[in-house]
Amino acid sequence: MTMTAPKTQNWRQDIDADGLMTLILDIPGKSMNVLNQQALDELDQIIQFITTEQSVRGVVLTAEKESGFAAGADLNMLLTLGQLLKNSTMEDVFQHAFRMNKMFRTLETCGKPVACALNGLTLGGGLEMALACHYRVVADNPKIKLGLPEVQLGLLPGAGGTQRLPRIMGVQMALTYLLQGRNMSPQEALGFGVIHKIAPREDIVRVAKAWILDGGSPIQPWDQKKFKIPGGQGAFDPKIVQTFAGATAMVSKETKGNYPAATDILSCVYEGHQLPMDQAIALESKYFVKQIAGPVAQNMIRTLFVNKQKADKLAHRPEKIPATPCQKLGILGAGMMGAGIAYVAARAGIDCILLDQTIEAAEKGKAYSVNLLDKAVARKKTTTEKADALLARIHPTTAYEDLEGCDLVIEAVFEDIDIKANVTARTEAVISQNAIFASNTSTLPITGLARASQRPDQFIGLHFFSPVDKMPLVEIIMGKQTSPVALAKAMDFVKQLRKTPIVVNDSRGFYTTRAFMTYPLEAFTMLAEGINPALIENCGLYAGMAVGPFAVADEVSLELCHHILEATRKELGEAYRPGPVDDVINCLYVTHGRKGKKNNKGFYEYPADGHKYLWPDLSQHFPLADQQPTADEVRKRLLYRQTLEVIRCLEEDVVTRPEDADIGAILGWGFAPWTGGPLSMADNIGLDRFVAECDRMTALYGPAYSPTQRLRDMAKAGQTYYPTP
Amino acid sequence: MMATAYIYDALRSPRGRGKSDGALHSVTPIDLLTQTFTAVKERNHLLEDCLDDVITGCVTGVGEQGGNMGRFAALKAGLGQSVPGVHINRFCASGLVAVNYAACRIIADMADLIIAAGVESMSRVPMGYDGAAAFSDPAVAGPLGFVPQGISADLIATKYGFTREQCDALAVESQKRAKAAWDAGYFEKSIVPIKDPLNLTLLDHDEHMRPDVTLDSLSALKPSFVEMGALGFDSVALQKYPDLEFINHIHHPGNASGIVDGAAALLIGNRESGDKLGLTPRARITSFADHGSEPTIMLTGPAEAAKKALARANMTKNDIDVWEVNEAFSSVVLRFLQEMDMDASQVNVNGGAIAMGHPLGATGAIILGTALDEMERCGASTALATLCVAGGMATATIIERV
Repeated sequence: MTMTAPKTQNWRQDIDADGLMTLILDIPGKSMNVLNQQALDELDQIIQFITTEQSVRGVVLTAEKESGFAAGADLNMLLTLGQLLKNSTMEDVFQHAFRMNKMFRTLETCGKPVACALNGLTLGGGLEMALACHYRVVADNPKIKLGLPEVQLGLLPGAGGTQRLPRIMGVQMALTYLLQGRNMSPQEALGFGVIHKIAPREDIVRVAKAWILDGGSPIQPWDQKKFKIPGGQGAFDPKIVQTFAGATAMVSKETKGNYPAATDILSCVYEGHQLPMDQAIALESKYFVKQIAGPVAQNMIRTLFVNKQKADKLAHRPEKIPATPCQKLGILGAGMMGAGIAYVAARAGIDCILLDQTIEAAEKGKAYSVNLLDKAVARKKTTTEKADALLARIHPTTAYEDLEGCDLVIEAVFEDIDIKANVTARTEAVISQNAIFASNTSTLPITGLARASQRPDQFIGLHFFSPVDKMPLVEIIMGKQTSPVALAKAMDFVKQLRKTPIVVNDSRGFYTTRAFMTYPLEAFTMLAEGINPALIENCGLYAGMAVGPFAVADEVSLELCHHILEATRKELGEAYRPGPVDDVINCLYVTHGRKGKKNNKGFYEYPADGHKYLWPDLSQHFPLADQQPTADEVRKRLLYRQTLEVIRCLEEDVVTRPEDADIGAILGWGFAPWTGGPLSMADNIGLDRFVAECDRMTALYGPAYSPTQRLRDMAKAGQTYYPTP
Repeated sequence: MMATAYIYDALRSPRGRGKSDGALHSVTPIDLLTQTFTAVKERNHLLEDCLDDVITGCVTGVGEQGGNMGRFAALKAGLGQSVPGVHINRFCASGLVAVNYAACRIIADMADLIIAAGVESMSRVPMGYDGAAAFSDPAVAGPLGFVPQGISADLIATKYGFTREQCDALAVESQKRAKAAWDAGYFEKSIVPIKDPLNLTLLDHDEHMRPDVTLDSLSALKPSFVEMGALGFDSVALQKYPDLEFINHIHHPGNASGIVDGAAALLIGNRESGDKLGLTPRARITSFADHGSEPTIMLTGPAEAAKKALARANMTKNDIDVWEVNEAFSSVVLRFLQEMDMDASQVNVNGGAIAMGHPLGATGAIILGTALDEMERCGASTALATLCVAGGMATATIIERV
């Protein structure tokens, strides 16, 4: 009996003379395949067809898009699943979440051999589908990435990934990939047995078909009676016991308990690898629903994926201004920042004029790139040819005339308004009328700096973070007169560098510096109150901040903290009220000459062996109070103080969109990613509760915690910063 | 009608080094236990079937230590087939809990005569071999903050301010006292020499002792838990104790209890059962208590358990003459002294587990016997024995001479 194959829009089908059905995943209108609801619905029908249709002897799954096989499941589909929780039963949600998992299980037990021929990138749900196939061949391109990155979004692989990967590569090795969301190359995957063969791109489908025709088995190893997981299995195996005891501690060390998905991945593997596959995948789906239902995955997907992607695609770029790639970039000042900007720009294929007062200083700036590239070549991250080509694009100079023809010039000179005015004038004398002039200042208001410019409408702030080659964010600052054209060009440039832009308005410290500073400042305040500095530092780290507040202050340098305080004092004059922060900086920097990391003396001591420890004299200068607060209270003070400052920035229109505020916080100053950013966190807490807590803390610790009127109004009206899904 | 629980006898095996070259490695755990039971039977002229039960504490109750070993050791020792047996496990206090549970049965008048015992052949059934959800199951170990005991011991030292030198000094003192006690013959009457199948003696003294150690020689030993801590366990511990900057790793094999093989048994009964056999009670069991404390720091329970037992007995610490506090790690004893406001000269006067070893399931029964011997030797009237226990527990027992 011959059935008709189901009509599909996301899968192109072909059945050859041998009865081998090729299914080409091809999501229409998308440059990248992601498994959406419709593609899965169709796959469901196809599986039924394959199972019952006798003339189909075997199946090959593949794709032909340039971008690869599949980047995973559609995240919006996952977010919808989270929303489903609001108005249906847990059982319904589970069945929904379990569907894809069960479908892949049906595929691997359909009785016909199923092979996949992976033409390129295969991640997340895409790899999970591949793991459910009986045979996997991958194109011989070493750049192809295979992996299960779900953990990075606060999720766990929910379509069998936590079950099949350990059964294939062993529990311990699979855990390292699942817990870090690490990708593997085809060669690595072959070594682990995750794939069976590497073949030339044009041969993969042929190789897959040959495997079927050679009698490839339609039974997965784990469905065979004598199957044993390589490297041991079960709670009776001392090696496995050790593995989980160690892995649990490692996860705790990495996550500080803030990322429940990582712990649940461990549980999925621990519990699941001891179960038959049908029960194992159901268990996995249950843990998956648990994560989807929790706030962390929703927060991370929204900020770090959906909104970050929008920002990367310049969603808020002024419209109707043609894109003009930057071909020649001028950089004034070859210090740390200038050198770093030159490196990332040259890496993006842009010619850089790296200008400094002496040729030695300019050459030293270029040497920064030489150093980075030497390391990259040694680690085989790049080739000598590519490194040389990159270096050839960096031109050290002392001559302003060399700036002629630059599309964009960024100054990264000393933070002094007069010096900056001088270089602005000298540059504008050379560059074309259309060129954009940007300042990489981290604190000085752009509008003020633009006064030195002949064309303030083309003057903009481009605040890079240090180290430039690692930090993904660029804060674009609009001066009062900055034009939309300048903004569009600046955004295009940031995109060219493959960095993420946020756009903010002018003010002292702009958005990131201003809001970030409250983090160390709050720590200083607590120190002055007699709170144990170790407790303060730990609570910052345990809250999920990238660096503890004292360590970060040492990095920033206490000298700079001092200068900022000086400037504020000067600006406010009589109105300035010295507080505990002044005492702390006076004590460390002014009295004891502790500059921070710079001179190996700050809040920390930095001995030669590399194990820094808090300056023991801290307790002498700031004696411990008898009554110490709970860790929870310290953690709250650190997070809430920053959040309130972010809220003030938003209300003062310094930052204009919640998504920019949250992206900037996480990517810019290492705000706890699990929260999705300060505003996501406030939403999670509930604005009414947040306001109540702030009121309580204002009474205890002073007006820094005082909620704004608009925040009160929002709380009263039951509003949130993000629309509730 | 409440009865009184008396200790009629207390015997123990010598402790053999818990390695494959240890003198008791060739002895199966059930044989170790059987020989101890036999010694109790012979020294007290026990009649067949005169016991109501045999309660055996053993921590790693799997493999040849599994399957309720005590019942079969009792049969092998000829205690009579009517004597059943039960295996209990409260980790390191198992041997002491066996005594307490025997006492419970006697006091409740639900039994007349019981052997309470403990055994552990650590050379044959390695510690941790029975697995545990507490450390292998991420859903348990993660949220509860499981760390290995050595990390807990170092955490205690860090939190309560004990230095490496203090911990080493306690260890040196333990060795000195154990040597002095052995030399003076204090242990002799309670030691059951362990024999081979030809009845030749394999071991008649505690084999683990290193009486020649000095502060200087100990200072050369590397701390044992640095790497384990760096793997993640330090972080787990510090997340529970965020007021600490780091963990000071100071414990090493020289200031921690020795891994050894050993067994011990006590004969516990009411007055009538002793009279029937013509036995004289040596002490009565006055009170006992178990306690649960914070599980990550894990080993801080003994003081609280001791206080509970004292309160039950209507006593204060000044009413206790002889103290045995198991030397699991130096910092455990130092913390106990600190919390109880006591002096090191008051506890473990004949040395402890750092010198002589800690055969997990047996130690509770061993140290209670040691306390009893010491009371009799110096004419004291009261004693308290206590041990810290994995998972944040502790047990204490108070006895009085009659």
